[in-house]
Amino acid sequence: MKVLVMRDVAIIGVYNTKFGEMWDRSFRDIFVEAGVGALEDAGVSGEDIGGLYVGNMSGGQFVEQEHIGALIADYSGLSRNLHLPSTRVEAACASGGLALRQAIFAVASGYQDITVAGGVEKMTDVSTSIASSALAAAADHEWEGMMGATFPGLYAMIARLHMHKYRTTSEQLAEVAVKNHYNGSMNPIAQYQNRITVDAVLKSIMVADPLHIFDCSPITDGASALVVAPADIAHKYTDTPIYIKATAQANDTIALHDRRDITTLDATVIAAKRAYEMSALTPNDIDLVEVHDCFTIAEICAIEDLGFTKKGEGGKITEEGETAIGGRIPVNTSGGLKACGHPVGATGIKQTVEITHQLRGEAGKRQVDGAEIGMTHNVGGSGATAVVHILSRNR
Amino acid sequence: MTVARFWRKQVHRYNLVGTHCNECGEYFYPPRNMCPTCRRDGKIEPHKFNGAGEVVTYTVIRTAAEGFVHQTPFVLAIVKLDEGPQLTSQIVCDPEVAYIGMKVKPVFRRIGQSGERDIIHYGTKFVPV
Ligand SMILES: [Zn+2]
Repeated sequence: MKVLVMRDVAIIGVYNTKFGEMWDRSFRDIFVEAGVGALEDAGVSGEDIGGLYVGNMSGGQFVEQEHIGALIADYSGLSRNLHLPSTRVEAACASGGLALRQAIFAVASGYQDITVAGGVEKMTDVSTSIASSALAAAADHEWEGMMGATFPGLYAMIARLHMHKYRTTSEQLAEVAVKNHYNGSMNPIAQYQNRITVDAVLKSIMVADPLHIFDCSPITDGASALVVAPADIAHKYTDTPIYIKATAQANDTIALHDRRDITTLDATVIAAKRAYEMSALTPNDIDLVEVHDCFTIAEICAIEDLGFTKKGEGGKITEEGETAIGGRIPVNTSGGLKACGHPVGATGIKQTVEITHQLRGEAGKRQVDGAEIGMTHNVGGSGATAVVHILSRNR
Repeated sequence: MTVARFWRKQVHRYNLVGTHCNECGEYFYPPRNMCPTCRRDGKIEPHKFNGAGEVVTYTVIRTAAEGFVHQTPFVLAIVKLDEGPQLTSQIVCDPEVAYIGMKVKPVFRRIGQSGERDIIHYGTKFVPV
């Protein structure tokens, strides 16, 4: 791979704002907090930065604001004097993961040194129905949305077929939500701090059969940011740089109905394959993973498609506790999209911040013992974009 | 969705007209003008599907998007047409009777409403055979 001629890249600073419904805080307030937090964590200042890449799905629909790159640089104090280049990256719910990828490219290529990758979404300034319509635009509007499809509806169709083919149960789906709420209860930034039961999930209202409201991730405000640098100079800024071992992306058809197999996200399979090749690692080497659980069924598919279990056994290994903290492969220690919240443009960065905290050994009550290598998995739409990163304590 | 945006694909939506690649033989619905297999070597022509198909998977939408709220609960499905392509549409039936593998045929129906002026649009839904 061409990567061989590129520079190694490390994360030297990270920050997440609180996730949740933040009616007292604006789009600008939260991204400035995230950016400043990441720079402080890295111990760098504006003068050290080469540029910014910001994931944002739909400022236009959520806060009627486009030109997000410029706005963020401006209100972060990086425009009037420094005139830093700032670029918005959009790939629906995978915008954050793609923003990180662009920052890695900038540093790996030698074009920039210290670079910021961030993500932000302010989703609660509009009504729930407008937010749902905005999110639905990540699917094929003309041939899915126009026929009455919603996002829960698309993932419900994946779930239905997964149950049909592999005997996955509603109880197994519910176990994903129960685990992620448990993890979220130990994460101070999580939107939901409460623990829930399988029974509560199954008794919550049905949104799109077989998915209940507790199978769905919420609407969230939040911002996350991190700072990347050439690995060769990372130790100047931090005692524990976290190294990027792989960045990989794959795309697939925009509409679910055009996929080779409705229950497999081929974009995830291919992105993971590319990431494993790039890092010369295998699923057995990964100590923990943050996956894109926009719905409980999405986590089941993700752990299968990333290679942590055989196709069809995601529900079973979840039920058996293999994906819990302390299990064989802890999944979504942050609480995932389900409990930590899903500010769509920020999610891919938040996942990376969580893995960085874990690999540094600073994840508090949810710390995975001896975590050395972690993975993030960020999906756009119903699987038209997948981004996978592998991070390590060791270069 | 504006009138023009819907009208542009009216023939495809009303009459289940998609496309066919004469080079590799694959059928497309929704219509594609670029064959993913043959790309620029493809020979794309219109194709009217007779619409016979089968339910690949389905859900019952209970919380609907704007323009569809008055129809809830309704069955949304991925239907595989006999010629091969799969599409997303609604099945006009009691949610209790829908199942994977159910044989269906097309019907012309009101699909939904959109925009502040509530433009009603029509298209193809399916019914059990
Ligand atoms: Zn062809």
